[in-house]
Amino acid sequence: MGLALLAVVWLITFVSTYFFIWHPWWLPVGASAAAAGIDHQFTFTYIVMGIVFVLAQCSLGLFVWMYRERKSSPPADYSHGNTTMEVVWTMLTAVLFVGMNLMGSKIWAAERFEPASASAIPVEVTGMQFAWYFRYAGPDGKFGVTTPKLMDPSSGSEAAIGLDTNDPAAKDDVVTGTMMLPVNRQVDLTLRAVDVIHSFFVPNMRFKQDAVPGLAIHMHFTPTQIGDYEIACAELCGLGHYKMHGMLKVVSQEDFDKWLGAREAEKQ
Amino acid sequence: MATSEVVHAHAAPQGFIRKYIFSLDHKVIGIQYFFLALTAVWVGMILSLFMRIHLIWPDANLPLIGHIQPEAYLSLLTMHGTIMVFFVLTTAPQGGFGNYFLPIQIGAPDMAFPVLNMLSFWTTFVALVVMLASFFVAGGAPLHGWTGYPPLSAVQSTGPGEGLGADLWITSIAIFCAASLMGALNFITTTLDLRAKGMTLMRMPLTVWSWFITAILGLLAFGVLLSAGILLLMDRNLGTSFFLPTIVVNGQLLGHKGGSPLLWQHLFWFFGHPEVYIAILPGMGVASQVLSTFARKPIFGYRAMVYAMLAIGFLGFMVWGHHMFMSGMSPYSAFAFSLLTMAIGVPSAIKTFNWLGTIYKSRVRFFTPMLFAIGFVSLFVSGGLSGPFLAQPTLDIPLHDTYFVVGHFHLIMGVAAIFGIFAATYYWFPKMFGRMMSEPMGKIHFWITFIGTYAIFMPMHYLGMAGHPRRYSQLTELAYLHPLIPVQRFMTYAAFITIAAQLIFVFNLFWSMFKGAQASDNPWDATTLEWTTATPPPHDNFGGHTPVVHNGPYEYGVPGAARDFVMQTDPPIGASH
Repeated sequence: MGLALLAVVWLITFVSTYFFIWHPWWLPVGASAAAAGIDHQFTFTYIVMGIVFVLAQCSLGLFVWMYRERKSSPPADYSHGNTTMEVVWTMLTAVLFVGMNLMGSKIWAAERFEPASASAIPVEVTGMQFAWYFRYAGPDGKFGVTTPKLMDPSSGSEAAIGLDTNDPAAKDDVVTGTMMLPVNRQVDLTLRAVDVIHSFFVPNMRFKQDAVPGLAIHMHFTPTQIGDYEIACAELCGLGHYKMHGMLKVVSQEDFDKWLGAREAEKQ
Repeated sequence: MATSEVVHAHAAPQGFIRKYIFSLDHKVIGIQYFFLALTAVWVGMILSLFMRIHLIWPDANLPLIGHIQPEAYLSLLTMHGTIMVFFVLTTAPQGGFGNYFLPIQIGAPDMAFPVLNMLSFWTTFVALVVMLASFFVAGGAPLHGWTGYPPLSAVQSTGPGEGLGADLWITSIAIFCAASLMGALNFITTTLDLRAKGMTLMRMPLTVWSWFITAILGLLAFGVLLSAGILLLMDRNLGTSFFLPTIVVNGQLLGHKGGSPLLWQHLFWFFGHPEVYIAILPGMGVASQVLSTFARKPIFGYRAMVYAMLAIGFLGFMVWGHHMFMSGMSPYSAFAFSLLTMAIGVPSAIKTFNWLGTIYKSRVRFFTPMLFAIGFVSLFVSGGLSGPFLAQPTLDIPLHDTYFVVGHFHLIMGVAAIFGIFAATYYWFPKMFGRMMSEPMGKIHFWITFIGTYAIFMPMHYLGMAGHPRRYSQLTELAYLHPLIPVQRFMTYAAFITIAAQLIFVFNLFWSMFKGAQASDNPWDATTLEWTTATPPPHDNFGGHTPVVHNGPYEYGVPGAARDFVMQTDPPIGASH
């Protein structure tokens, strides 16, 4: 029985570790400025935890086999513990865990403590059951007023987010169902939700943030690779949660300007 | 000891109803809790099986429920989580085994408040009935998840199930909170006031410590959830706006304004995080007790184990914000919550080291309870080590609300806690029912369950790393999920096998109750007080006398002793001969 436990515990450990090392399933390709830092912190945590995992499981398997009761086995060690060892491993884990935490906090601070840069392009993201809408401020650089009274999700786009078309600042606002961003330029996001909580999740951008009714949450990220990236909703928002997805298209600044210009022209 | 005599003024009841239904005897109430949890765990498990089937065969027609719609999937998910967390993980280890064995292990004739104890069980029973009723009302069970975040949970029109079903769900939880508060008071008072002579705090078995600390957590946490639940009911039915700002649902502007959805999250997780420890602490206690018994060796670092549990309980109240790193809460507070969460890793690591230290240089006997205790340690390590990922806000950016989280909490507070319950069942069944459970059946049950749970929950981490969001009823909408479907399929197959193996457990349980070998008073050669009394224990636990305690709880392999163990009531070690 001891040998069987040893074999199974070790087998589970090595199979799990094999998939973690071989990584057929892994973080999606990172395509934002923050991705490298986050991935580095992830990999670091993962190596440290992996070593602890293998050591702990292997010793467990080994001990239950080595110290199984046999006629020939020596009497169990009559020991109530060892204070020195307790102190040593308490200190070690404390240093390890707190250290790991402090390492990661620099990235967190860069992501969340600092506001978006002045040159960032402002985009408003609005979540509702079960769609994402994206608003661009247009040439005036200002978002027009939106009011709950005017919100009509069945009409889509501008009406869905309740844009007040009488507001002069709203005249040049562009509302779309696909998110378009220029590459290598920071985006200054304002996240809103009209009905329930949603979560704006773009795996490739290493970006996730809840959109909460009643709050306008400011966040930023910088896409660094041209391409199409899926947007998911990561907070349970009702029966259509699984299909509340969108698309982020990262294009060159030139293509972006062309696209936005065309949308402005459509509005006239 | 005057108190305990007054408490046990009630004589053994004779009628069937007072003896088995509305019993005041903590042992009967413990068994009632156990069977309530056993019923609930089957409901919860079948719901999870339906979910797993739906994920990989979305068009399947299932018995009882037919074709599962996306909203029905969310109802399954909500009810699975709620039933498992409240009626299984909170109920079985604490209400079940805690009720039965806490008084006996400290040498008391009953709980401090037997009537409150009975009331606590029947209130829990009502809560379960109300919870299950939500399946059968118009609109069905709610779809807001076990965390019930408003506005989704606070407005009827946000989805099917958010009508009467959601009201019943919240009401049930409120009733459950009241029941848990009664139970917690009883456990705390009993531990503090009814210990036998010589049963000092530092001679209490670690199981007693774990139930005691769990009761304190329950007393502080359930009150908060109860209040939050009442506020949510008011938002739903009385037009208040505690959790609701101005919102537009389906094009309808609702009359609420000024409330905060985040307030609910703070209140919920102020309960919800300690709840995790409410589920796992008794498992830690049982694992320690069982490991020491079957390793024939004193527990390694008894005091460190007690302090570690106290530290986990204490820190557990200061980390709720780590569930909210992505919620819109201040990013500065995330820093503090993260640091405190990492700090919990320290006492958790101490426990793991000490369990390994207990097995080191021991003489392990592989009875089924021991296998489950070893499994507990393995699962606790595996589930625990994904914690330091999620405790870092930076890593929550990719991992929060993905399957990584689902894998993490299922391993640690789900399966590890369940392994604690299994270890407790196989360990104490002989004392409770007077017969031994079948060892061969127990071992088959262990092997399939141990390998099966790893096969179900380990792959969830891979899915989460790949960005697979949780609570998705269909996997076809997002293109990047398509390559992950084979992994989901593997997990469903593993779930089929693992759930089937639980039939072996149930068969063993009932078969052994009637056909198992007669159990002696102390079949495991164990040391704590429950093994000094008759099997099963008489109505007043010790047949008219109160035990006097002379030794610590885990005196195994004592050099020079007549046997390889010294019971707590034996003459003091070193004082004899």
